[in-house]
Amino acid sequence: MTDRLARLAAGPEASKTTPDPHSANRWALALAALDILTERLPEGTPALGGILLRARPGPVRDIWAAALARAAHTRRLPASADAEALDGGLDLTATLAAGRPVTRPGLLADIGDGILVVPMAERLTPALAARLAAAVDEGGPLLVLFDEADPAADGQDRVSAGLCDRLAIHLDLNDVRLPMAALVAGDHDFPAETDTVDRDAGAEIDDPATAMASVAAALGIASIRAPIQAQRVARIHAAIAGRRRLAAADVEIAAALVFGPRATRLPPGDTPPPPEENPDTPDEPPPPGDDNPDDAPDSPDAPEQTLPDASDLVLDAAQTTLPPGLLDALANGIQTRAPGGGSSGAKLRSLTSGRPAGVRAGAPGRGARLALIETIKAAAPWQKLRPVRADGRLSIRHDDLRIRRFVARAEATTIFAVDASGSAAFARLAEAKGAVELLLAQAYVKRAEVALVAFRGDIAEISLPPTRSLARAKRQLAALAGGGGTPMAAGIDLARRVGEAERARGRTPLVVILTDGRANVGGGPGMTPHEAALASARAFAATGINSVFIDCSARPRPEGGQIAIAMAARYVALPRLDARAVVAAVNAFGNAAS
Amino acid sequence: MAPPFPFSAIVGQAEMKQALLMAAVEPRLGGVMVFGDRGTGKSTAVRALAALLPPMKIVAGCRYGCAPLGKDAADTAPCPDDCRARAGKQVAEVPVPFVDLPLGATEDRVVGALDLERALATGEKRFEPGLLAKANRGFLYIDEINLLEDHLVDLLLDVAVSGQNLVEREGLSIRHAARFILVGSGNPEEGELRPQLLDRFGLSVDVRTPTELADRIEIVKRCDRFDRDPKGFAQTYAEAEAATLAGIAKARKKLPDVSVSDDMLALGSTLCQAVGADGLRGELTLLRAARATAALAGKKHVTAHHVGAVAALALRHRLRRNVLDDTGSTVRITRAVAELIGT
Repeated sequence: MTDRLARLAAGPEASKTTPDPHSANRWALALAALDILTERLPEGTPALGGILLRARPGPVRDIWAAALARAAHTRRLPASADAEALDGGLDLTATLAAGRPVTRPGLLADIGDGILVVPMAERLTPALAARLAAAVDEGGPLLVLFDEADPAADGQDRVSAGLCDRLAIHLDLNDVRLPMAALVAGDHDFPAETDTVDRDAGAEIDDPATAMASVAAALGIASIRAPIQAQRVARIHAAIAGRRRLAAADVEIAAALVFGPRATRLPPGDTPPPPEENPDTPDEPPPPGDDNPDDAPDSPDAPEQTLPDASDLVLDAAQTTLPPGLLDALANGIQTRAPGGGSSGAKLRSLTSGRPAGVRAGAPGRGARLALIETIKAAAPWQKLRPVRADGRLSIRHDDLRIRRFVARAEATTIFAVDASGSAAFARLAEAKGAVELLLAQAYVKRAEVALVAFRGDIAEISLPPTRSLARAKRQLAALAGGGGTPMAAGIDLARRVGEAERARGRTPLVVILTDGRANVGGGPGMTPHEAALASARAFAATGINSVFIDCSARPRPEGGQIAIAMAARYVALPRLDARAVVAAVNAFGNAAS
Repeated sequence: MAPPFPFSAIVGQAEMKQALLMAAVEPRLGGVMVFGDRGTGKSTAVRALAALLPPMKIVAGCRYGCAPLGKDAADTAPCPDDCRARAGKQVAEVPVPFVDLPLGATEDRVVGALDLERALATGEKRFEPGLLAKANRGFLYIDEINLLEDHLVDLLLDVAVSGQNLVEREGLSIRHAARFILVGSGNPEEGELRPQLLDRFGLSVDVRTPTELADRIEIVKRCDRFDRDPKGFAQTYAEAEAATLAGIAKARKKLPDVSVSDDMLALGSTLCQAVGADGLRGELTLLRAARATAALAGKKHVTAHHVGAVAALALRHRLRRNVLDDTGSTVRITRAVAELIGT
């Protein structure tokens, strides 16, 4: 399979200089996806929805996009687009000028059988993503979503999960390197035509549906859309090659394009392939006290039965495109989140919705709505001064336009930074989890979100990304482990970063540090762990993020107080820690602040 | 236009299908909330049911989908356009509306607003009906209702309960009928739903992705067949569809005659108390749901069996939640049903 695809990759001269089989492989898949998406389908054929391409801007993506533009009519969704840009509406300026209604067609209607390209898909507002998802359901244009989120930055921006699920093909081009010659050649003679007809298509597949459904289940893909779409991709691929029945090559391509990137686990009993993409698997064993169960949680539905015939083929093909990080996570016994698993946290509060709060001058558009009465009121006094219109109607100028304003409630995100070190870790973690759950139970009143950062050993990590879902918090916190040293500086730093990210999303962060106050890991040459923690604390104070420092050691010592002062945090000593007291401290802060 | 996926061809999801049928038989149940993962056929099922129902009669040209007089006593609310006077006896047949409320819908789009086009061009003050008017007498489907703006959710529930949309804005004062079956869907992983909101829904269903491999294979096969030949596929299920439709029609006719004995009323109250379901709404819904089930089964009386069968549907979202107790609501109800009814 790999061989065959590698040969395919962008013509003979390119593959000679391609140093990296992984890149060539991915690129070949990207080209195959291009063929499949741009294939003219007979009327009434169910569409594929489109493609989610994880790729930041760069030459590789540009070449792909240029090839797409040559093969099909494409339109780009402007970054400023709103729902009206998609659906069309009244062209206000033209209407006012003409004195009769002038409508403007929306992108969705205008595009015909073209392809809609959506750059920065991770920044789509939930409203726009929902509209696009509905367009897919209604058989609208194919979508090409460029997910430009930084793979290293965890969970800040996600493409709406509901939308992703509807797009048949997912592909990650972030790691693809193309030979320089190919890049220089640019979009003139690259990519070379791939000839799918010549190569050996392999045996015919008797029962593709069974193979597709079995493999999707084996890879932990819950959505039933995936096997259905894989089947469609395979059929189109067969149609391109002029086959009436599906052959091995068709299902292989479909598996690599649809299943691989969606996989959340490896099939039971299957050993991970050599992790060529992940040379840096963590080498230290999990610290003692780690109570991870052997097998990943959430996988009770792993099918035990042996997989049917064609499944091996499909499975092998799917494994060429497993998401990076999946193997790492499996090695650590962690079930990854479904790729693209969005959260309500991605919802942006804009000033275009919420409680009405008066009007101001300005033109409607980009979500702002016209305040009609106010506009007419503004225009009224000038009527005598302006030239009388032939039709005797009100003369309204651009300056008269008024738009409505709204205030959105500032919403809070409480970020717990929990010291998961040492012997008391177990109790502390249990109370922190309790506090998270109690806060989330109140969350639907205040729309608050909660995140949890744990620090122990020598690292700090985000154990619970900001969420207001109790179900999700319970699941993700269940496996939280404790033990090891106290890397206080790392903990404060990570809490700061999460806090800053939340603030960038327009929310109000509150950081709650739960510790016994003694840093003993971290620092560097000429710097004790405590000094490092103080430095981090001062950096934290510079951000101005509100914080509470809860010291839960049995006999509070001065270090805790010093860090709290450096952080400009409210210091609370809670020798007998319990979840309700923590929540009370958080709520007290909220009330004092508001 | 390709035919929609047939309702009878949906594999599994028996509870969801049953809940939707009950809502179609007894509109007063107050809607269905469907919790579940993506890609479990939620919207397919609702769309399929709306398409299955026979076309409804409306006053010709009415923008609010008003029912002609005489036929249906419940739908005689006055129309803002006074359509009955205008159209006289002319009657049109339209498909039962299915409105998919987009997540980003503005309040204007939902309740309706001043017709901007007319206002600007001719200075005429005219109301442009919104999605609520479009959904009148049909289905209003809201995907990911837990992500919908709070003020919109409040508004929708208010209309769903009163059956009327009241607009007082921009110098307009309009009141029109808006009776629809509200179907919401949401994934609890994406955010919680307020309990006040949940309580307003009549029935709630938990759908899971089918885990049986055989079911999943069957789904992929049926979708493939539907993809390649929608008409032929619909033909295969035409008989089953007709049977479902006949079942709904019969149950609707029978519903007013289904009797509920005092014993059953007492059983409903005891059950609600045993599981700790707040408020009278739960009890009322439980009995209405039991009647709808009895009607669908072609029975004249509600029995303990019917009450037990709908208990989870009608009550599971009304239990007071205990943060520190993980026992699922469904389990608690099943236990109580087993104790009281012994099924």
